[in-house]
Amino acid sequence: MSNPQQLRYSKEHEWLSAAEDGVSTVGITEHAANALGDVVFVQLPEVGATVTAGETCGELESTKSVSDLYSPVSGEVTEVNEDVVDDPSLVNSAPFEGGWLFKVRVAEEPGDLLSADEYTAFSAG
Amino acid sequence: MSSTEPRRTALDAVHRALGATMTDFAGWDMPLRYGSERDEHRAVRTTAGLFDLSHMGEIAVTGPGAAALLDHALVGNLGGVKPGRARYTMICRADGGILDDLIVYRLAETEYLVVANAANAQVVLDALTERAAGFDAEVRDDRDAYALLAVQGPASPGILASLTDADLDGLKYYAGLPGTVAGVSALIARTGYTGEDGFELFVDPADAEKLWQALTEAGASAGLVPCGLSCRDTLRLEAGMPLYGHELTTGLTPFDAGLGRVVKFEKEGDFVGRAALAEAAARAEQNPPRVLVGLIAEGRRVPRAGYPVVAGGEVIGEVTSGAPSPTLGRPIAMAYVDAAHAAPGTPGVGVDIRGTHEPYEVVALPFYRRQK
Repeated sequence: MSNPQQLRYSKEHEWLSAAEDGVSTVGITEHAANALGDVVFVQLPEVGATVTAGETCGELESTKSVSDLYSPVSGEVTEVNEDVVDDPSLVNSAPFEGGWLFKVRVAEEPGDLLSADEYTAFSAG
Repeated sequence: MSSTEPRRTALDAVHRALGATMTDFAGWDMPLRYGSERDEHRAVRTTAGLFDLSHMGEIAVTGPGAAALLDHALVGNLGGVKPGRARYTMICRADGGILDDLIVYRLAETEYLVVANAANAQVVLDALTERAAGFDAEVRDDRDAYALLAVQGPASPGILASLTDADLDGLKYYAGLPGTVAGVSALIARTGYTGEDGFELFVDPADAEKLWQALTEAGASAGLVPCGLSCRDTLRLEAGMPLYGHELTTGLTPFDAGLGRVVKFEKEGDFVGRAALAEAAARAEQNPPRVLVGLIAEGRRVPRAGYPVVAGGEVIGEVTSGAPSPTLGRPIAMAYVDAAHAAPGTPGVGVDIRGTHEPYEVVALPFYRRQK
């Protein structure tokens, strides 16, 4: 699997797009989606909610387990992906595209986000 | 061999070549899934799936006193099993607690094959060995003597028939016969843990890869796919089949698990646990214990083992297994609940899912029954 070069990554296996007008898109990586297995339920933060980098803001359920969703940055949620709420399998089939989770107006980002190459090495380890 | 290093089955290289996600299960490195576990589940319900179950624990019990030993050591009537047939039974402690649930094949008059759960194989082996004292029978650890492959699903009889001359039409559910499959000597058993028709094939580990490839090729046009333990769990859950460590534990007797029918008090002679089990049966009669029921979610959040079952703000039971059901399209669970709340359709029952009470419908088990 390859991690898109234009994204940055958290050690909790979320990806973050480059900001457009201050708003970035967040999802989980293909590595994380594969580790979860078939995702069957997604609980996302509400639009307008404040999320904090490194803290839980939702959950992802797969056949075998439930996992917390962490926000890779701090800020305000501007949009959530209703398509993925209706069809959680998008997280598995298109984790970097149609399976995105929410958009956030970034107030602050932590200093330890990884580049694609760094994340590839991190997730292989 | 290090005790912490997971054991690998004879099919390990095959699983890796197929890109399986592996998991540690009872000390074995086993395939969890090859691709999507939902697709694997659906293949077993609609066509066929191929499983490596070599982690299961085979124990041979042989000799003139083999039947008498098993009638003493287990709760079932094994002396009454005809050669070529199999029984679902249990081994209990003297206090009636369930040590394991077992399938016992009577291969010949004086030869049985006991199949234990991987996690309990050593416990069962030790108990049988101890209980064999005074009987003219030998208990032998045969775990390394077999690889176990299963072909499960409605297409499995056709697939297997293309590889064997054995009389599959004459092979009933819970029967086993020796035969040759794809040139490999096998014990062919019509058993499974999926709620579908299917076969389990006990073979020499050296032949496992050859048989796997032959089944894969023979099943390709019918839609057979390799299947991991993840879908095996959702298949057995839909079929309402108990799993040791979840629905069955040493803290429960067969009567507490709603499986008192496996205890055969009418058989001759004493057996380990008889007195305690007779008391448990009487207790269950007078004062019904918690009942194992099915729960179907109204929402989409998945109940997990250990979650409390609630009604009117009170805890009235506990989930033992839960998963999203591919067949029903909704989360399902098995749970022990107080008898007062166990009737199908009992209103106001929910599951406490990490602090939120989610509504659930109480149903009788199983969730799924195949059309025959």
